[in-house]
Amino acid sequence: MTDLSRPPVLSLGQRPKLLEMGGISKVFNGTVTALDGMNLTLNEGDFLSLLGPSGCGKSTALRLIAGLMRPTTGRILWTGAHDRGDIGVVFQEPTLMPWATVAKNVWLPFRLRGQSFASVKDRIATALALVGLEKFHDAYPRELSGGMKMRVSIARAFVTNPRLILMDEPFAALDEITRQKLNNDLLALKDKIGCTVIFVTHSVFESVFLSDRIVVMAARPGRVVQELTVDAPYPRDMEFRTSPDYAAHTHVVSDALRVAIGDQSHDDL
Amino acid sequence: MTISDPAPDATYDADEARRARNRRIEAVARWALPLAVVILTVIGWHLFSNSSQTRGMIFPEPAKVWARFLADYPMLFTSLLVTLKITFMALAIAVVGGVLLAILFTQSRFAELVFFPYAVVLQVTPIVSIAPLIFIYVQDPLARVLICAWIVAFFPILSNTTLGLKSTDSNLRDLYAIYGATWWQKLLFLQLPSAAPYFLGGLRIAGGLALIGAIVAEYVAGISGSGSGLAFRILEASYRLNYPRMFAALIMIAVVGVIIFAATTFISWFFLRKWHESALSREQ
Repeated sequence: MTDLSRPPVLSLGQRPKLLEMGGISKVFNGTVTALDGMNLTLNEGDFLSLLGPSGCGKSTALRLIAGLMRPTTGRILWTGAHDRGDIGVVFQEPTLMPWATVAKNVWLPFRLRGQSFASVKDRIATALALVGLEKFHDAYPRELSGGMKMRVSIARAFVTNPRLILMDEPFAALDEITRQKLNNDLLALKDKIGCTVIFVTHSVFESVFLSDRIVVMAARPGRVVQELTVDAPYPRDMEFRTSPDYAAHTHVVSDALRVAIGDQSHDDL
Repeated sequence: MTISDPAPDATYDADEARRARNRRIEAVARWALPLAVVILTVIGWHLFSNSSQTRGMIFPEPAKVWARFLADYPMLFTSLLVTLKITFMALAIAVVGGVLLAILFTQSRFAELVFFPYAVVLQVTPIVSIAPLIFIYVQDPLARVLICAWIVAFFPILSNTTLGLKSTDSNLRDLYAIYGATWWQKLLFLQLPSAAPYFLGGLRIAGGLALIGAIVAEYVAGISGSGSGLAFRILEASYRLNYPRMFAALIMIAVVGVIIFAATTFISWFFLRKWHESALSREQ
């Protein structure tokens, strides 16, 4: 019925490499350096957060990986054959098609590959059940709350079981209670399907709670400042949020972010 | 009454009761008021026509218009069909041409730069000033009138659909690009549905304009005989000082215009009722 099976959980050092970014730079208009010499290795099963202030190039990095633009210098190497459509994306807005029902929205990645709705009906139903929206199959987006729309967006991102899921500040526009709930549910989901995620955020707390790797970035020019690991085991729940371990990690990441912001020039923030 | 007065029924307070009463009044008034205005207009018209002997000659009373309408019905109805045929053919060509041109404009910036000025010039030049030229160059009587009606009707379709096709959500465009959507898929699944509310708004304007274009063209063309539309009947009746028939034809045109507006409004509501703000009631 579904191929969303749970793969074995490997510790950080054992995971096979998924993609490698080597010396990636992106310059806009020949003057604005959005990203300067970024090196990053992403492994299968990583939950990696890109953390940094506005203008640090984290969204640019995401767009480069998604293939929406090409780097000025450097290259992105995927392990094995990489098909452009083999990526799931969640934006800051739910980005649903208002004229289509929830199920038809989740169908989109299949539809663009030429697969009929009937042939993937079960997979869509499974994905909607995993985000807790099985009862909203035929609802229209306008009938859903902000958090529910985001769940539909997440279901659409992983329904095809893609090699990589990119999330660009997906919960930034939601209220705190909904955000915490979605953070918990996202981890539960990752635990079930074992996907690889790159998660862009400007929240230290969110990055520590969700990820096992955090890449701290600085702005002007956008660059990687520090790479950290959060070695707390999954599944993480509300208890982890109040644990000394969580507090310690938050402290380390906050310090790293302060350094990143500190060596940025005076003016903005 | 003091603030601490408890509501007689906790689930149905005075505020709710007032709102329910207003709703009931509005439900009746929605039909009763326009009907009352129509009846008053007809009575006023009747009194005005009968206020002097000469006035009644050039401003016939409603009963005379109605009698003329019944007597001339076969002829007027044949003419109505001619006008309707031109209106709907012009509207159909305007829809197909406007949408295709809008798709061309959004696919190629250069096509838009080259052709859009012509579309604007056609739109802003009054049709009555172009029509005589068209009648010199085009011989076929149906084609002449059709071209005029089309020129008037097609611009709102073109400009609205172009705007709609360009108004797709940029994140959705990115998403389609990431999933490797083809040009055709992007157009069919993303751009056309996004443009639907804009197109349907254009259709409501174009429906009325197609009728106006058809009438104006008939006036200028002045086709006589069996192939003539309602506008020619009005002209002809005015030459013969047949005022009741002028009024009868005029009212028929107005009724057709209202029906076209109602039909395009219904089409718009039908396609957008499930998801678009414009078609949703506020209480939902």
